[in-house]
Amino acid sequence: MILDRLARAFDDRLRLSPVVRKALAKVFPDHWSFMLGEIALYSFVALVLTGVYLTFFFDPSSADRVYQGSYAPLDGSTTSAAYASTVRLSWDVRGGLMIRQTHHWAALIFVAAIVVHLTRIFFTGAFRRPRELNWLVGVTMLVLALANGFTGYSMPDDLVSGMGLRILVSVTESVPLVGSWLVFLALGGEFPSDEMIPRLFITHVLLVPALLVALISAHLAMIVRQKHSQFPGLGRTEHNVVGSRLYPSYTLRSLALFAWVLAVLFALGGLVQINPVWIYGPFVPAGATAPAQPDWYIGWGDGALRLFPPWEFRIAGHLVPAPFFPGVVLGGVTFLALYAWPFVERWCTGDRRSHHLLDRPRDHPVRLGIGVGVLTFFAILIVAGGDDVIARELRIPIYDLLNTLRVLVLVLPLVTGTLAFLLARALRRGDAARLGELTRADLRAARRQPGEPAPGRAVDEPELPAPHRPGERIELWPDGDRWRWRYHDERADLAILSNREAYTEQEAVDAARLAYPGVDRLVVPGPPPPAPPGRVRTAVRRWGNAAMGVALLVTALRQRRRRKDAGPEDRSSSQ
Amino acid sequence: MRRPPVPPGPPGVTRRIALCFLTSAAGAIGFAVTYGLGGQTQWEGVCLAVAFAGLATGLSIWGRRLVSVGGYVEEHEGFVPPPDEQAMTAEVLTAPDSPVRRRGLLATLGLALSALGVAALFPLRSLLPWDRTRPVRALKETPWRPGVRLVTADGRPLRPADVPADVMVGVFPEGDVDAGDAPAFAVRLHPERFTRPPSGGHLDGLVVYSMLCTHAGCPVRLYLRGTGRMLCPCHQSSFDLFADARPIAGPAARPLPGLPVEVSSDGYLRATGDFTAPPGAGFWDQP
Repeated sequence: MILDRLARAFDDRLRLSPVVRKALAKVFPDHWSFMLGEIALYSFVALVLTGVYLTFFFDPSSADRVYQGSYAPLDGSTTSAAYASTVRLSWDVRGGLMIRQTHHWAALIFVAAIVVHLTRIFFTGAFRRPRELNWLVGVTMLVLALANGFTGYSMPDDLVSGMGLRILVSVTESVPLVGSWLVFLALGGEFPSDEMIPRLFITHVLLVPALLVALISAHLAMIVRQKHSQFPGLGRTEHNVVGSRLYPSYTLRSLALFAWVLAVLFALGGLVQINPVWIYGPFVPAGATAPAQPDWYIGWGDGALRLFPPWEFRIAGHLVPAPFFPGVVLGGVTFLALYAWPFVERWCTGDRRSHHLLDRPRDHPVRLGIGVGVLTFFAILIVAGGDDVIARELRIPIYDLLNTLRVLVLVLPLVTGTLAFLLARALRRGDAARLGELTRADLRAARRQPGEPAPGRAVDEPELPAPHRPGERIELWPDGDRWRWRYHDERADLAILSNREAYTEQEAVDAARLAYPGVDRLVVPGPPPPAPPGRVRTAVRRWGNAAMGVALLVTALRQRRRRKDAGPEDRSSSQ
Repeated sequence: MRRPPVPPGPPGVTRRIALCFLTSAAGAIGFAVTYGLGGQTQWEGVCLAVAFAGLATGLSIWGRRLVSVGGYVEEHEGFVPPPDEQAMTAEVLTAPDSPVRRRGLLATLGLALSALGVAALFPLRSLLPWDRTRPVRALKETPWRPGVRLVTADGRPLRPADVPADVMVGVFPEGDVDAGDAPAFAVRLHPERFTRPPSGGHLDGLVVYSMLCTHAGCPVRLYLRGTGRMLCPCHQSSFDLFADARPIAGPAARPLPGLPVEVSSDGYLRATGDFTAPPGAGFWDQP
């Protein structure tokens, strides 16, 4: 009751209920792949919470400090304040190690969730008009996530991260003309400089997170404004969103996901050791350890540095060193291609229409082939980043492995890309619903004929009017002094309810017309009986063809009876 | 306003959800107790994980079983604004008193803002160090100078006899042990096996080279005994010390710069100059 009064008090002052009613009724599509971005969001929340806690104990300074604490091997040794405070935070601050490890795991999962979310968006064509803007925001957030991961990784001033930072500095130095200036601008001097750690710190805890918060807000605001895209299906058109409402269904499920993410992160943070800097030791310019691998999301860069041959050349006496190509050019080209993809694809296909229905990956064999090829390329680069470990574990000479990987990184993406392309084409042409159902004939057909796609699902559903399917209609009914409507497909035995009530009949008609243009509308006397339970539904689907005739007959009879009941008020309007 | 009663839901579901939440509470209490007893990382993690997993399971069941899933549709207005709406907005924005119509003023305003923007870039110069004008000089020069003695990591000066045969010894300029670009290493090899004269010369087989890999600047620390080869732990570049530290495998393209050394009158090793080339990774103005 207190909540009730509080809610009323706010509403009386801010007039919130019209907005809140609409917001609570917002429909989310029911598909697991729409949760990937949420995992990234919740990892970010975990990162902010644990990260703020860590700042109370971390000392971002390269000044000398004597570590005195319970980690005996380092007790009494003089290291940088950053390193000493990280060891103190891990060994002498109660709960510190668990929070620190959770923070690190959250960072790994944050980037992973972003990457998987991005591939989902890519393969389903969710970046097409009108969502190109959100794609650009998303790619920018990936760049920022990588930057924040790397700065955070480098801050403790331990030996492994110091080596990683030195490699990045070397890659930056390789930029023609301005490389050394860029390094000095970033570090305030030659590596390792005294300004280095404070600058990494302020970038890591303020600059990039602030940008990320702004971009996340923009990302979400655009999703709310543009609404979700959805996979094609019964009752789903380019003009509606079908699924569950924000309240109560998605509120509960989304909170559950948040709790799942935190549960996994804290389990990892408590049980699985990560980045034990006290074992690595502090950074010293002449120190090195082997094997040394960066966090996974930097692994592709490290792998590329290992695989790229020792090619460098001079332009008018100036050196372009080898790391320039795998370090700067590869990264630059990758992100430029990501930024440009929606516009390149639009230019290639000439498709300028808005899309709210997603592609299945098979609908676009070329996009799928390119995507799979690129993912293979980066997967091999990440594998190459651990080539010393692999060579040692498998007891094979490292340079044989290196040369094999150099060939594989060029050949395998072509193979997997072509394979994905052919399979997608076979799936799209043939009758197979899944990969396992493909026949040899499907594959042969996919290889042989290029050209037009077979008439299956209309890839580009036309604008008004939508194709009329027999058995589908909109039903409207008065509910007290409000109006509700639903979409009803008798043949599929599918009923989809409008997400909120309307004040007038006209309002309900307008909403239904927007959601299902061209579908006949019908006023019925009261709320239809609840949908039959799932078992019945599946039985009906199983005998679909046999029952169809009966169903149609029943429909016709019932419709006639209802019309009779409703009398002259009844009307059935069409577009 | 009378509210309809809450339906009971499927049997046993509410009890299961309540049990999940109770487990969650137990996890939270467990965390507090663990912390209070001195904090043990694994138990802290497990307790928090149990707390959140209980919460997650309860909320998941609640969201799936007690409220309806799916079956709702929301209409989509589309993104092409109505033409008259667009026209009216354009009219408002381009009304006679609209600031965007005064082109001349806008031009000077643009000029002022650009000037401010450019001026705001100047303080960024302070991010660069003031003491040296060109970074390239800093990259080329190291603390090694004629007469600087070679010391170990703990600052002890070295005599030639302190470098045993076929063992790598890290060496640093005296007084600058922590300099980022100065680390070097000394190895004593058989001079008759040299296929190329060392660029920094050698003292009866004792050679000194920069420790920083010419690929990406990592310390080349792994010496393969008997082979005269140095291996970089970062990207596996390999250098042949018998052939003037030329790269023989991996991504490095330039040899390790040598350090010319001599024995001073008091018997200690000292440099006779800087490295034969800038140490570490390559850059645009690399000679």
